[in-house]
Amino acid sequence: MNKAWSMTAAALGLAFTVTAASQAHRLWLLPSNTVLSGEESWITVDAAVSNDLFYFNHVPLGLESIVVTAPDGSNVAIENGATGKYRSVFDLHLDQQGTYRIASVRNGFFASYMLDGERHRWRGQEAEFAAHLPEGASEVETSRYVGRVETFATLGAPSSEALAPTGSGIELVAVTHPTDLYAGERAEFQILLNGEPYAGASVELVEGGTRYRDAMAETTLTTDDEGHFSYTWPEAGMYWFEVGHRVEGQNGEPGQNYGYAVTLEVLPL
Amino acid sequence: MTHRVLQTSSAVLAGLLVPALAQADDVVLSLEIPRLTVAEYHAPYVAIWIETPDHQAVSTLQAWYDYDLQGEDGATWLKDLRQWWRRAGRSLALPSDEITQPTRTPGTYEVSFSAEQGAFADLSAGEYNVVIEAAREVGGRELIRLPITWPLGAGHTPITAQGESELGALSLTVIED
Repeated sequence: MNKAWSMTAAALGLAFTVTAASQAHRLWLLPSNTVLSGEESWITVDAAVSNDLFYFNHVPLGLESIVVTAPDGSNVAIENGATGKYRSVFDLHLDQQGTYRIASVRNGFFASYMLDGERHRWRGQEAEFAAHLPEGASEVETSRYVGRVETFATLGAPSSEALAPTGSGIELVAVTHPTDLYAGERAEFQILLNGEPYAGASVELVEGGTRYRDAMAETTLTTDDEGHFSYTWPEAGMYWFEVGHRVEGQNGEPGQNYGYAVTLEVLPL
Repeated sequence: MTHRVLQTSSAVLAGLLVPALAQADDVVLSLEIPRLTVAEYHAPYVAIWIETPDHQAVSTLQAWYDYDLQGEDGATWLKDLRQWWRRAGRSLALPSDEITQPTRTPGTYEVSFSAEQGAFADLSAGEYNVVIEAAREVGGRELIRLPITWPLGAGHTPITAQGESELGALSLTVIED
């Protein structure tokens, strides 16, 4: 079983729906376009959680966590947001030239405990958990989570201001620009964990269109000592990859879950 | 202006265009926009540029697109010339007097560039491609490279290629003064 899959879901507070790795789900954003031209433009973005990429068949990804960083580094609002049964959707008006970073960012705390022979789960603010914990609860397990699910879109020439790491959780340093990816070319990325190179990270990469093939055909890549990995795109399409990390809690301290997932478009040459 | 466009398949010349009367060496690209039997036809966007053999753009010669649409920004679809957009277009300030041209309907056009000033004159001696990319709304995209060794003597031309979908016959000729 792939541990990383469940970790992103857990890291994004979806632990309630994810009770075993076999039920782990992928979190994703799917932009309608990643390379645009003109004075201004619009894209629409789907946000969902599912096993299959990129099909809406499980639950939507909530819009309250969406953070969009414009080319100038400012945060801009999404428009026409709506959440349906299987997906959320929103529009983004691109009126600056350069690259936008579109992310779902979640930080939080979750816990589980046994009470009257049943395991209960709780999510909320860490500071409020002690007050919530019922008398007689046992086998208390707690975790903090930091999760990021993102994608990118560029109007005009690619820029890098919006891509600057925040230093929190798992992040991507795109040595190859994330909207300048082409079939047959090699792309290089670096994975950071809390701003530091994440060496030995397991990267699970899947190409979209899983419904139309027999195998998930995921590729597992491992970052080197500097947190770098590279990949040569076999064909054009929408790709997704995920990185997770867990630090077990000790001496009653919460564990720490980190999750990262990104959708990247690879264009034909 | 270091280039001129002449439609050779028709006696009618657009008012802005000047017949190609070579006063010095000219590089002339003959470019066919094929007539297609389709239900909905829009004239293709076309980019013409010079690249090195490893596909780095040296300079854009022309971009044919709808730069003067009413109520719409025709530059929205420049990205569909995706190779040119990546290699050059996205970094250019457009529209540009030097580069921007209107789209053209099916026919054969001659695009003439001075060999003694402008993009060709600025080339160092070496290997290059003249690249022609066409993308059509509700249609397809095609890219063709014409390899050249610069400086290019008239005796080494024409350099020809035949498109298969969005481009027809292509021919690059040097006309010496």
